[in-house]
Amino acid sequence: MNESIIKEFTAIVGDENVMTSETDRHTYSYDAAVLDTAMPSLVVRPDNSEALGKTVKLCNDNGLPLTVRGAGTNLSGGTIPHPGGVVVLTNGLNRILEINEEDLYAVVEPGVITATFAAEAAACGLFYPPDPGSQTVSTLGGNVAENAGGLRGLKYGVTKDYVMGVDFWDVNGNLIKTGSRTVKCVSGYNLAGLMVGSEGTLGVFDKLILKLIPPPKSSKSMMAIFSSMKAASETVSAIIASRIIPATLEIMDNFTIRTVENFRHAGLPTEAAALLLIEVDGHPGQVEEEAALVEQICRQHGASELKVASDAAERDVIWQARRDALPALAKLKPTCVLEDATVPRSKIPAMIQALDEISREFQLTIGTFGHAGDGNLHPTILTDRRDAKEWQRVEKGIDEIFKRALELGGTLSGEHGIGLAKAKYLVLETNRGTLDYCRRMKSVLDPKNILNPGKIIG
Amino acid sequence: MANLQELAQLFKELDDQLVSCMRCGMCQAVCPVFAQTGREADVTRGKLALLDGLAREMLTDAAGVNEKLNRCLMCGTCQSNCPSGVKIMDIFLKARAIMTGYFGLSKTKQAIFHGMLANPRLFNVLTGMGATFQGLFTKKVDDMLGSSCARFNAPLVGDRHFNTLAATPLHKIVPELDTPAGASGIRVAFFTGCVIDKIFPHVGEAALKVLEKKGVGVFLPSNQGCCGIPALSSGDGATFDKLVALNLQRFTTAEFDYLLTTCATCTSTIKELWPRMFKGDPALSADIKVLADKTMDISQFLVDILEVKEAAATSGRNVTYHDPCHLKNSLGITSQPRTMIKAAGCTFKEMREAGSCCGCGGSFNVAHYDLSKKIGTRKAENIIDSGTDTLATSCPACMLHITDMLSRKKAGMEVKHIIELYADSMKNQG
Repeated sequence: MNESIIKEFTAIVGDENVMTSETDRHTYSYDAAVLDTAMPSLVVRPDNSEALGKTVKLCNDNGLPLTVRGAGTNLSGGTIPHPGGVVVLTNGLNRILEINEEDLYAVVEPGVITATFAAEAAACGLFYPPDPGSQTVSTLGGNVAENAGGLRGLKYGVTKDYVMGVDFWDVNGNLIKTGSRTVKCVSGYNLAGLMVGSEGTLGVFDKLILKLIPPPKSSKSMMAIFSSMKAASETVSAIIASRIIPATLEIMDNFTIRTVENFRHAGLPTEAAALLLIEVDGHPGQVEEEAALVEQICRQHGASELKVASDAAERDVIWQARRDALPALAKLKPTCVLEDATVPRSKIPAMIQALDEISREFQLTIGTFGHAGDGNLHPTILTDRRDAKEWQRVEKGIDEIFKRALELGGTLSGEHGIGLAKAKYLVLETNRGTLDYCRRMKSVLDPKNILNPGKIIG
Repeated sequence: MANLQELAQLFKELDDQLVSCMRCGMCQAVCPVFAQTGREADVTRGKLALLDGLAREMLTDAAGVNEKLNRCLMCGTCQSNCPSGVKIMDIFLKARAIMTGYFGLSKTKQAIFHGMLANPRLFNVLTGMGATFQGLFTKKVDDMLGSSCARFNAPLVGDRHFNTLAATPLHKIVPELDTPAGASGIRVAFFTGCVIDKIFPHVGEAALKVLEKKGVGVFLPSNQGCCGIPALSSGDGATFDKLVALNLQRFTTAEFDYLLTTCATCTSTIKELWPRMFKGDPALSADIKVLADKTMDISQFLVDILEVKEAAATSGRNVTYHDPCHLKNSLGITSQPRTMIKAAGCTFKEMREAGSCCGCGGSFNVAHYDLSKKIGTRKAENIIDSGTDTLATSCPACMLHITDMLSRKKAGMEVKHIIELYADSMKNQG
């Protein structure tokens, strides 16, 4: 990049917030997706709103591709920059501007870390439910841009259900104000909704208005053991069909159970074909009633054993097992491809069957766990990317996972985003017309195609 | 200087370890350096990506990578929290050795490692002279902490508030010791370590007194050397090997049940790194392994072996505890030192972020003092906020840096090794 442009960036964000060295740039050439790196030509870190807006405009004036990056934990390549582009870091914009306890909302800058925000809200006696797996490092801006989910999606919804408004910069450096601090708001287009899940392709977030709710008063966790994935997944459907919405309803297959037990030695039943990890929460009376009903349904569907946590320590054992699933699997092989194809929850048994077939057909090691209650499974392929032959089978296996999920009326991605990794499949889920509509919209809002080019719509 | 392709070839040998990082980025939550700078090259994921970049010949600036690689406290917090179990400390130590082989060791480090550390006798003579004359160049700033600062502008010292060299080092007070197992029926060897010997000899004395009172026989050989960690973490494997062999020779001349140290860093180096990183005479490997298996932190020995129990709070001291990285992250020892504080009759209060690094990191403190100071300031604030009057820990290097940080804040607190507190309580009991 030429010196005079670098000087202009430096004038906007300050000397200490411009990185040009090969080493610094290389460390922003990847994210958590298993994809090739792409080297940016410049990395900048604006630490105030005005500097952020000017940065966006300067990129546009010079036709420089711009990729916003929070913690770089994206699993679909959404934060891998365009080669030669500019990476804009948000970790200099990490202030919680307001937590309003009367009107139950908060205003934050995009670089605030999810778990930090949830803890601040909790300190005010309020609850911010979205809890993606990377919450201790992920940023709220990234969560909104990806419409991140988590373990509580079934009952509490995902990030989009907590976005009341987004202020963002358009490519010309105008601040666009959307949404409001009110529960209801129908003034104009729902642009805040458009921003959610836009993966940095339509605007650069300046501030977010997020909804907070009162926390549940009590909760109860349990672990149910099944002798087949089919029985476990049918139990999931039965619980929902009985009009009970647990806060969390997770499934683990035998391969995952054995791997987790080998990792933690917490006493998981390694002979079990499947585990359901369930938590109901709410008013104490309701919790008791629902827990009893869930227990009954599990038994009716062949649960061989049911462990109800009687104290916080037992509850921890249950959820630690779930938290261990990915790390334990990841340790088995050098490369770990975490997918998130999602199906209507009644189709969970069929999807699990499909995954079993795919793993056999392509000779792949797949551990399956995930948010069974909301239909969002995480088939995790364990492989070594350096093994070219196996990698070909992995790619075919992934194609097949998407195909089967779509055939079941599902979606390519429940919570990881489309990014670079799944852009080529989007037309399969939608159609040519939909893709054209999206591209036309993008071409008007971002005529030079500088905002995270290549993501979502190719 | 070898060419870049040759360097890449060396890093390719780390490929099997490097490839296990899945770039999840969870290390961002725990890295003390990243918490200060927010720069990806300062966090483990970034450093591993840089090594990978060199191995794949995607990068040309090896010096730049080396500089980033050295911006690390080697505290190991990332490794103990890594979801994929990447052997980060192994990778970093090997990478530093490769870099040192490629760029050579700095003149200062050459002088210190080859000239002094590898020759314990010379090291002792030089530091002995230093102890005699240091009063000319330093002035006391905090009597309670025993800290001083430079009278004149001194390049290496800067504006540090430091503990001065002891007037009489431990090896002068107790040149050697060889007592039989007493009432306990146990005999231990005592590895002193440089910082205890030269700056905090009273900590060593306290440990020896406690062992004596507990009826434990002690073997303390003369002419012990440094454990080797400063050389190893600077990539100087040859000096490390020399020191391991020298110490091994000193400690294999007598029988004992355990090898104890009062230094978290020495303990973890002997226990974890001696067996794994020694590249010298293969005939020594078996003895190194035996010694490593016998090695223990003093609090672990007192609580797990001698079954020292908590006691009623009688000392009137309010104490908080800082977990040294090399005990918590490397060896998983956190409960025993806390038990020792309570056993010493002190009232214990947990501080915020007790397990986060103090920011010392050995030579990191020398090369990146500003960053080291920022990390240490946060530690000092957490210590002060605990509302106690004493900070206890189990590592003399942490004691040095925390003393510096508390002295700057005029905290009016004492910094003690847990064994000092326990020895005091035994003294009070008569």
